Amino acid sequence: MANDEVILLDFWPSMFGMRLRIALAEKEIKYEYRDEDLRNKSPLLLQMNPIHKKIPVLIHNGKPICESIIGVEYIDEVWKDKAPFLPSDPYERAQARFWADYIDKKLFDSGRKLWTTKGEEQETAKKDFIECLKVLEEALGEKPYFGGDNFGFVDIALIGYYSWFYAYENYGNFSVEAECPKFAAWAKKCMLRDSVAKSLPDQHKVLEFVKTLRQKFGIE
Amino acid sequence: MVNDELILLDSWPSMFGMRLRIALAEKEIKYEYKEEDLRNKSPLLLQMNPIHKKIPVLIHNGKPICESIIGVEYIEEVWKDKAPLLPSDPYDRAQARFWADYIDKKFYDSGRKLWTTKGEEQEAAKKDFIECLKVLEGALGEKPFFGGDNFGFVDIALIGFYSWFHSYETYGNISTEAECPKFVAWAKRCMQRDSVAKSLPDQHKVLEFVKTLRHKFGIE
Repeated sequence: MANDEVILLDFWPSMFGMRLRIALAEKEIKYEYRDEDLRNKSPLLLQMNPIHKKIPVLIHNGKPICESIIGVEYIDEVWKDKAPFLPSDPYERAQARFWADYIDKKLFDSGRKLWTTKGEEQETAKKDFIECLKVLEEALGEKPYFGGDNFGFVDIALIGYYSWFYAYENYGNFSVEAECPKFAAWAKKCMLRDSVAKSLPDQHKVLEFVKTLRQKFGIE
Repeated sequence: MVNDELILLDSWPSMFGMRLRIALAEKEIKYEYKEEDLRNKSPLLLQMNPIHKKIPVLIHNGKPICESIIGVEYIEEVWKDKAPLLPSDPYDRAQARFWADYIDKKFYDSGRKLWTTKGEEQEAAKKDFIECLKVLEGALGEKPFFGGDNFGFVDIALIGFYSWFHSYETYGNISTEAECPKFVAWAKRCMQRDSVAKSLPDQHKVLEFVKTLRHKFGIE
């Protein structure tokens, strides 16, 4: 793999981009990180992801892989001799994929509504968001990581959201630690890993970014 | 695998359920089909899919696999010695997963809007739907199937929608044959496969079902 060229088109606050940063770090893969200005997308991004025009895009030897979960699976399959993310048992793999899908379907939307809505809509979003965390806490159970003893696929799919928690708590007016202590404990455990600590932006930086977005969207 | 117990909780018009019916048929796996009344979901369904409470659910030796694409990947991994559905190359696999994801994100919603909306909203849905078909036609290219020479993952993800085309055309006032002849040619090619012909309901039966739904939803 000495001549592999790996480029990641990303945007620093993206919890989806963070998945690929973590996956690449876990496998100790050298790559070039490129931050995109989403108000002025590069020709390369538009060429590599013409369908969705979104980040993150992983480019391996000139060929694009779009959609973060698909990218994580790709990394796991290509660099299969290091730090496997998915378990080998098909049923457990299906469970891991189920939780990654749940995170994409439910957590992102309810989290987003926490800082883009007000009043009743926001109260509902808060309930939904906490409900999601509790469901995920239950899936975690007493295990150190979602995959068991080892940090893996679901942990990678989820931990990026942790960098947004300070913002979620600020606008949603709640404490994750108070509502879901097990979840908070799991997140802190993940943050001890180099691959995670180096891939997630500082929570205060994300809060400042959200403040700017709210202003731009005209949310009081 | 002689003592495998397989149950499929499904609903006959579901293009998602059809994916599993086709995958199971391609692998020549015996299973018990259980039709769910979605207005009165069975205790088994609620127990096996407590998170989403949706069909299809594949139950293998008592353990549930939810979400149709995850189920197809599971079937592929467990019964790996027959009729491979995914290519072996990681990049080709990522592309197959990308298209299945595109179908779920874009195609389903625009199709649904064709028969649930009117006026401007429906016109927009019609444009989106035809655009999706053209994008998929582009991905198919000159190949007989999306995977190449062999019927596979993306074909399985997509062909179930063909049973809804008569309904889409009736309410959307479009002719898919006129707009996307290559797509229709691909669909007819798939319909010649036993696994597909036996898994898809008759298009007229689906149209009657859609008529009933429109009546129930109060859509004129």
